[in-house]
Amino acid sequence: MGLALPVSPTYQASKEEYLSTKLSYLMDILREKTVNWSRKNSLWPMPFATACCGIELMATGASRYDIARFGAEVMRFSPRQCDLLICAGRVAIKTMPVLQRIYMQMSEPKWVISMGACASSGGVFDTYAVVQGVDQFLPVDVYVPGCPPRPETLLEGVMAIQRIVEKEGVRSSTERGRGMGLVIQPTIQVQVENPTAN
Amino acid sequence: MLIAKFPDIDFAPHPLMTRAEKSHEQLCARVPPERLLEVMRFLRTDDRCNFEQLCDLTCIDYLNFPKARDRYGVIYSLLSITKGHRLWVKCFANDPSPQVPSVVSIWKGANWLEREVWDMFGVRFTGHPDLRRILTWEAFEAHPLRKDYPLRGRGEREDFERITRESA
Ligand code: SF4
Repeated sequence: MGLALPVSPTYQASKEEYLSTKLSYLMDILREKTVNWSRKNSLWPMPFATACCGIELMATGASRYDIARFGAEVMRFSPRQCDLLICAGRVAIKTMPVLQRIYMQMSEPKWVISMGACASSGGVFDTYAVVQGVDQFLPVDVYVPGCPPRPETLLEGVMAIQRIVEKEGVRSSTERGRGMGLVIQPTIQVQVENPTAN
Repeated sequence: MLIAKFPDIDFAPHPLMTRAEKSHEQLCARVPPERLLEVMRFLRTDDRCNFEQLCDLTCIDYLNFPKARDRYGVIYSLLSITKGHRLWVKCFANDPSPQVPSVVSIWKGANWLEREVWDMFGVRFTGHPDLRRILTWEAFEAHPLRKDYPLRGRGEREDFERITRESA
């Protein structure tokens, strides 16, 4: 009778343990999903608006475009209360320490949007005093192109951050790594009708 | 009257508009740096001059300028509110250490203007109470509005502490 499976008294106990672990695992997933869902719908941006892009950022916050539809209307001017840094506008070298300090003061988890050509690459201001892209000195999650980006584009950037939050969760930015290789496709595709016409 | 008081100083009508008819000629005085304070104090206090306001204080780098004899021209634009007349004063300085006396003791508003000229052109104002850089940051070495300074800088904009996710 050597084929009988060895049924040890501990086997039952470990099965229960297994079930309870599984249950708590499911609860964890559920909790994380809920936390992610609520976090992604209540991003609190820190507006670091240094130039013309800031005007567009204000327009995004105003009633016509209404960033509140995405739960990100609570602009806070204290970095301790924010989790999304929107860097809008060119950054002079003299401002860079300020921006870095603001980033370091924000509590984890935190995300960064670099808005506009200037913040992302220096734009047309290729001079001695302007930082050629804040990502040289800061970790950036989403780049929003344009000079200035239209409010819709910025909203698309906020939605990209939401997708990152949904996918990556509330892990701190240290755990997330540099995360700069992320490519987020826009959700809206532009349809060209009759490209061969005229 | 000015010419009588300071015979050694070069006064010349200075056309503001060169292409249109010369209807806006204004007086321009070229003052050597040694005599600048004396002349300026006279312009400020004398009853016939009364230049209460220093409208602007700026500088021109005459590097490679045709027929220029000196490199830096510090330019003062004076206005008398009571008398309603204007005067340009130019004061020239040269390398290696361009120096011009400070007029902060005469017009208080010159303080920041002189700091800006020091920052951008590197012209030192002797007797200035607080000659620090005003626009660029403290560690900056160069004077960017000099004509021989490259537009993209000499690598100052890359030379900065980097913050990554790991270090923040
Ligand atoms: S990207 Fe364009 S709109 Fe934005 S700060 Fe630069 S110049 Fe201004």
